[in-house]
Amino acid sequence: MSDTTTIAKEQTKKLTRKDYESSQDVRWCPGCGDYAILATVQRSLAEMQIPRENVVFISGIGCSSRFPYYMDTYGFHSIHGRAPTLASGLKVARPDLSIWVVTGDGDGLSIGGNHLIHCLRRNVDVKILLFNNQIYGLTKGQYSPTSEKGKRTKSTPFGSLDYPISPLCLALGVETSFVARTVDTDLKHMAMVLQRAAEHKGSAFVEIYQNCVIFNDGAFKGITERSVKEDNCLYLEHGSPMVFGKDKNRGIDLEGVNPRVIETNGETDSLQVHDEKAAEPTLAYLLSRMQNPEFPVPFGVFRSIERPSYDEMLVAQEETAISRTGPGDLAKLISGPETWEVKPQ
Amino acid sequence: MSNETQSKSKNKRTLERAAIRFAGDSGDGMQLVGGKFTETAAVYGNDFATLPDFPAEIRAPAGSLPGVSGYQIQFSRSDIHTPGDAPDVLVAMNPAALKVNLKDLSEDAMIIVNSDAFTPGNLKKAGYASNPLEGDTLKGFRLYSFPINKLTSDALESTELSKKEKDRCKNFFALGLVYWMFDRPLDSTLTWIVSKFKKLPAIADANSRALKAGFYFGETTETIREFYQIPQAEVAPGIYRKIAGNEATAIGFVTAAQLAGKQLFYGSYPITPASDVLHELAKHKNFGVRTFQAEDEIAAIGSTIGAAFGGSLALTGTSGPGLALKSEALGLAVITELPMVLINVQRGGPSTGLPTKTEQSDLLQAFFGRNGECPLFIVAPATPGDCFYMAIEACRLAIKYMAPVIFLSDGYLANGAEPWMVPKLEDLPAIPVHHPGPMEDFQPYLRDPETRARPWALPGTPGLEHRIGGLEKENVTGNVSYDSENHQLMVRMRAAKIAGAANDIPQAKPDGPDEGDMLVVGWGGTYGALRQATETLRGQGKSVAHLHLRHLNPFPANLGEVLKRYKKVVVPELNAGQLRMLLRAEYLVDATGINKVKGKPFQVGELTHAIEEALG
Ligand code: SF4
Repeated sequence: MSDTTTIAKEQTKKLTRKDYESSQDVRWCPGCGDYAILATVQRSLAEMQIPRENVVFISGIGCSSRFPYYMDTYGFHSIHGRAPTLASGLKVARPDLSIWVVTGDGDGLSIGGNHLIHCLRRNVDVKILLFNNQIYGLTKGQYSPTSEKGKRTKSTPFGSLDYPISPLCLALGVETSFVARTVDTDLKHMAMVLQRAAEHKGSAFVEIYQNCVIFNDGAFKGITERSVKEDNCLYLEHGSPMVFGKDKNRGIDLEGVNPRVIETNGETDSLQVHDEKAAEPTLAYLLSRMQNPEFPVPFGVFRSIERPSYDEMLVAQEETAISRTGPGDLAKLISGPETWEVKPQ
Repeated sequence: MSNETQSKSKNKRTLERAAIRFAGDSGDGMQLVGGKFTETAAVYGNDFATLPDFPAEIRAPAGSLPGVSGYQIQFSRSDIHTPGDAPDVLVAMNPAALKVNLKDLSEDAMIIVNSDAFTPGNLKKAGYASNPLEGDTLKGFRLYSFPINKLTSDALESTELSKKEKDRCKNFFALGLVYWMFDRPLDSTLTWIVSKFKKLPAIADANSRALKAGFYFGETTETIREFYQIPQAEVAPGIYRKIAGNEATAIGFVTAAQLAGKQLFYGSYPITPASDVLHELAKHKNFGVRTFQAEDEIAAIGSTIGAAFGGSLALTGTSGPGLALKSEALGLAVITELPMVLINVQRGGPSTGLPTKTEQSDLLQAFFGRNGECPLFIVAPATPGDCFYMAIEACRLAIKYMAPVIFLSDGYLANGAEPWMVPKLEDLPAIPVHHPGPMEDFQPYLRDPETRARPWALPGTPGLEHRIGGLEKENVTGNVSYDSENHQLMVRMRAAKIAGAANDIPQAKPDGPDEGDMLVVGWGGTYGALRQATETLRGQGKSVAHLHLRHLNPFPANLGEVLKRYKKVVVPELNAGQLRMLLRAEYLVDATGINKVKGKPFQVGELTHAIEEALG
């Protein structure tokens, strides 16, 4: 009983980042982008005051998948690629929980690609954070499905032959209801995106550019480093024209179905206005195709639409069934549609 | 037909039992009429056992040999346990059905054929050079050849239906005829037709007419001189229903969830012959059953593990190839020590194998088909109705010991039906569940001293936040540990937990003599055939006992001792000798096997013969 009272007291206390830190030593390589993500996730949860006991982090296998061990919430470090399946089952069973999947480009797009697709298309209310470092870290440096073509690694000494997959194109292709991108070096932006994802009802997919200092250092340097960032990144804001550049002098407009970069000369009227709520994912998809150096790389919320989540609809079906026929009658179920009696002779 | 006795009535003979096989094209509705005949036999009060046999192709070319679909039922006035070795009556709706089934029939079997289907085209498709209805092919059989298409369409003459629609009613004509022949009432089938075709009254009317026409045809035709009666069986008093294994499995798990006060979660990917469990469970939303049709087999078990972590009574279901795909995740359930049940409805393997045929060849896969030392519980129902009780037992073990359970059903149990005494709710065991409440210093791997189970701590409980996963766990704390001593301790702990349950399951108790010349050991769906064969042999004065294992891991605690009480141990299985291998390895007993892998159940005759031979 005394345990319960202490805990009850603790619950009324305001949660801080520290409350979400587990006692386990964090074991990523020094300088790994994962540290910044971990800290930002902890800070964001504290910011939103989501009770620790209602939060579950589920991961697969890979560097990023150690994440749940470092969170003092409920956690499940599952098997390679399968985290979305556990998350889906858990959400179906327990719609009351705030469920987060942490995955990487290998875990989520290679071995687990199928599960990612289906979790997102069903719109199960889970938040999927995909740490994209464009390399296999834990197995020591082979190319990944997001590595650029021609990448030389231990398994591809002559350069990789695969065309890379774009996580956001994939997510939009299956009409994910919330799609966003952020980066490990911009903590404020990441916190904003995480909060938006947490507040979204339905599947939220967030690609986080994450630097692997050991096997793919500087993969995003040319895009996100302070000195080039403003020229090479496009920060999306719903309802605002797509402007970028150090002097805010360039923007995106559409020529037919193709985006192009134009000089604005301070005139933004002709620019494409970002609409994350568009029913069709077409604009978001065009944005997800934009790459350096031809285009700035978009960051922020690409798409955020309202549609009933899988778990919500499942509960509704259950409620309808109960209101229509009443709660199940077990004796009736067991005896089935037709019985006969054998009388004592 | 055995044990014929002359009754007072002139042309009515009373029989002890009969086996009928309905056979036709897969589009001819043979499964349907077989099922209806079974329901009628059930309500009439016969004992029965059934064997549906359908092709793997949904619609193989009409009239072809691979397209033949069959349904066999044996019904009787006394206790029976199998669908019968050799049918006494064959209803063959086309030449292919005749050809495929002829070799199985008893010597003087009755054959009812639809002569309208014996066209040159159909004969050719079945590989008949000449019409078998003429000539000597069917010599020795009692052949009744009727133009069933024509008779059906005559009966439906006054209706507005097209020729095609009329033809489609011919299965009910055939059924009506067989009903007359075995002195069966029509009402249960008529009632069914009306409710089934509620929205299509014209079709309901036509099928009812066809059924009755078949019946009256039997009564009036000059060709058939006698009909048969198989009186009610003398069975224990009680309320009975007809039940098939997959149905009993689904209902058993719904019941288990209610007994445990739990939400039932079922994550599954469609696969023959397990899909019916998903279909059945999906109906029961008002029991709080949550079904999840996953994108693949791995996702199905992944979702199940997730739901188990959340506190559901979580199940997944599959057949052999799916079990192979689920292996890695099963290992995760073992190391995270979560309660879940995997239903494996076995079929012929390897690989895609024989999807619609039965086999018992996944036993070793269930035991060993995972990486690492990875023991879990294995149970196997013995009869269709037993699927209900073993479902409850599987859940009891999973929850009490916090471990995964494999439930080994098979295609024969899944689709075969039998009469089943409906249990009373108050006679079913409660399944106690404990979830720890809020506390400080919670240790997710601190074990119950008796069962070695770790606590089932649910997300949402303040203070119990903890992390589990596939990396080796430190005993007590559950933290990741690469320590070698700890690993050995945990490997042994997980094994001891399963093995320790041997004292918590029923002891092995053979039917027949407590010691003697031979013990026949079986498991799973072969129960009926083994029981009938060993009873027959005991009836002949032979010292043969029968032990049927429903718990396979762990084995009952006294099994080793029981095996030693007999001079010989014989293990009949529908595989190449998997249980035999386990018994030999575990108990150093010189067990021999009787093995069959034809995708078909044992026949009582062949089994009796093989056991006799082994007796020497
Ligand atoms: S290998 Fe790369 S991704 Fe993995 S922990 Fe080290 S720096 Fe981070």
